[in-house]
Amino acid sequence: MANSFLSIEKLTQRYPDGKGGEFTVFENASFGIEKGEFVCILGHSGCGKSTIMNILAGLSEPTKGVVKMDGFAVSGPSLDRGVVFQNYSLLPWLTALKNVTFGVAARFPDWTKQQVEDHSIAFLDKVGLSGDAIHRKPSQLSGGMRQRVSIARAFANEPKLLLLDEPFGALDALTRGTIQEELLKVWSGTDQTVFMITHDIDEAILLADRILLMTNGPLARVAESVEITISRPRVRTDIVEHPNYYAIRNHLVQFLGKRSAELAGQVSAEGETHSPETVRIDKTQDAAGEQPLLQAVKT
Amino acid sequence: MELLSENKRAAIWSVLLLFVGLFVWEMSISAQAINTGELTEYELLTGAGTAKAGVPPPSEVAVKAWQELSNPFYDAGPNDKGIGIQIGYSIYRVLTGYFLAAIIAIPLGFLIGMSSVAYKALNPFIQVLRPISPLAWMPLALFIIQDSEASAIFVIFICSIWPMLLNTAFGVAGVREDWVNVARTHELGAFKTAFTVVLPAAAPTIVTGMRISIGIAWLVIVAAEMLVGGTGIGYYVWNEWNNLDLTSVIFSILMIGVVGMLLDAAFGLLQRRVAYVE
Ligand SMILES: Nc1ncnc2c1ncn2[C@@H]1O[C@H](COP(=O)(O)OP(=O)(O)OP(=O)(O)O)[C@@H](O)[C@H]1O
Ligand SMILES: [Mg+2]
Repeated sequence: MANSFLSIEKLTQRYPDGKGGEFTVFENASFGIEKGEFVCILGHSGCGKSTIMNILAGLSEPTKGVVKMDGFAVSGPSLDRGVVFQNYSLLPWLTALKNVTFGVAARFPDWTKQQVEDHSIAFLDKVGLSGDAIHRKPSQLSGGMRQRVSIARAFANEPKLLLLDEPFGALDALTRGTIQEELLKVWSGTDQTVFMITHDIDEAILLADRILLMTNGPLARVAESVEITISRPRVRTDIVEHPNYYAIRNHLVQFLGKRSAELAGQVSAEGETHSPETVRIDKTQDAAGEQPLLQAVKT
Repeated sequence: MELLSENKRAAIWSVLLLFVGLFVWEMSISAQAINTGELTEYELLTGAGTAKAGVPPPSEVAVKAWQELSNPFYDAGPNDKGIGIQIGYSIYRVLTGYFLAAIIAIPLGFLIGMSSVAYKALNPFIQVLRPISPLAWMPLALFIIQDSEASAIFVIFICSIWPMLLNTAFGVAGVREDWVNVARTHELGAFKTAFTVVLPAAAPTIVTGMRISIGIAWLVIVAAEMLVGGTGIGYYVWNEWNNLDLTSVIFSILMIGVVGMLLDAAFGLLQRRVAYVE
């Protein structure tokens, strides 16, 4: 883990509890993410997912611990780590296209205006936005279109690591489905690493190579790392037929429904490290010595 | 009437009201017996009697306006200049004082908006200085600056600085953290962030402050020019009052209103340009 692409080492976050004391969101959390991996993190509201993501983004400092990317400690935000915020965070006075060129121009300062614009248009096109929609302001776009712009902005910068905080939380199921597919399309074929927060179990199974499960807070921990043993490319309607699908889904539901509460609030011994336990569910192996369909980790 | 748009109907009503108002004014004055002979020496001196008896009808004001506006820039000595020249002096003073105030208020407002220490340190001074009537500075300004022209500009400066300062600080402090985070994740420097994110985000609030300031500055310049004298529309009103030329007084009052409206409309236009919907 210490030599993973992204390694989170003994991360602790405490906040004042408003009564003069302090409470611990999580303590000594440690895990690693490999290059090119798509990792989703699931956990109940308030367990500290956004807190972890903000630390990975460099937008906030942990109380203790370090995050290393490519072996170097992360300090402050960087263009290598793109963020898609939960509420889109588009700049409302700029058009959709200008919101993307804003990022691209910052990323590639020596490009000409034309290059920046072509690159931005290409990425907007990848998420299904073209024509005069890209010349409209965010207030004139639907929620789904805004989220597409914000995904295009993040991917157009070609960051090594992409952080997505519940990107589809506010969208209806249909739009969610389309954008999930677009997200997979933009991501596949790159060697970008994605770390995504979600509340939706099916979304996590569709998208992720690996799902991190968090127990409830305070004193939350990243308790398990569940490999998604379903081969890519994945199509929503097909994966439900996969022998592993319901086994994995049941495991996740069990965890979030029962064990996340049981495991919560355990004070750890001094200096103890909490690493997630790896869980690999593969029903295809049980079937008469067949080969597993896919190794969950891509690289 | 159903066929006409709301705007057209409103315009028809405005014109109608104007004519009714002018008609009532005209009638009430021609019905009044003008009899200056009955006035006492004292009334004549103070002008009290004449003012009452001699309010001119709108037709006279219109004739006066036509005369003045057909030759607005004549200059026949210190007490006889065209209305265009007088208004020009006033606008020059207002804009000079106003822009000096903007140059200080907007950067300082940025600083106060970004740093709560700066806000807390400067707040007591602002709270004490802000409620002072700009005209109260006049004697001090005249004494220190020793120049009536510069004193008038200083008074404009001091009255227009507060709304701009406070609105800029308020606008900057209220910029959504998400937008600043967008700038941070794109590794924008402090200046780039200030110009590409904070300024456009706070612009509607800043321009509102600028619009309030120009309104106040135009109100204050008339009073300031009445005090310092010499030139300007404020001085013109006062001078015509001393000449007992009520027609000119009414005409210049209307001109003050029109110029004020145009200044406000210019900032209204700017406000619409920087507005955005979240
Ligand atoms: N700046 C802060 N000051 C004090 N407490 C905070 C602060 N930020 C977060 N917290 C607390 O930390 C805990 C974790 O918050 P966080 O936003 O990370 O939750 P989350 O897992 O993202 O929840 P959700 O799924 O609802 O977004 C919460 O109890 C929250 O109240
Ligand atoms: Mg959150």
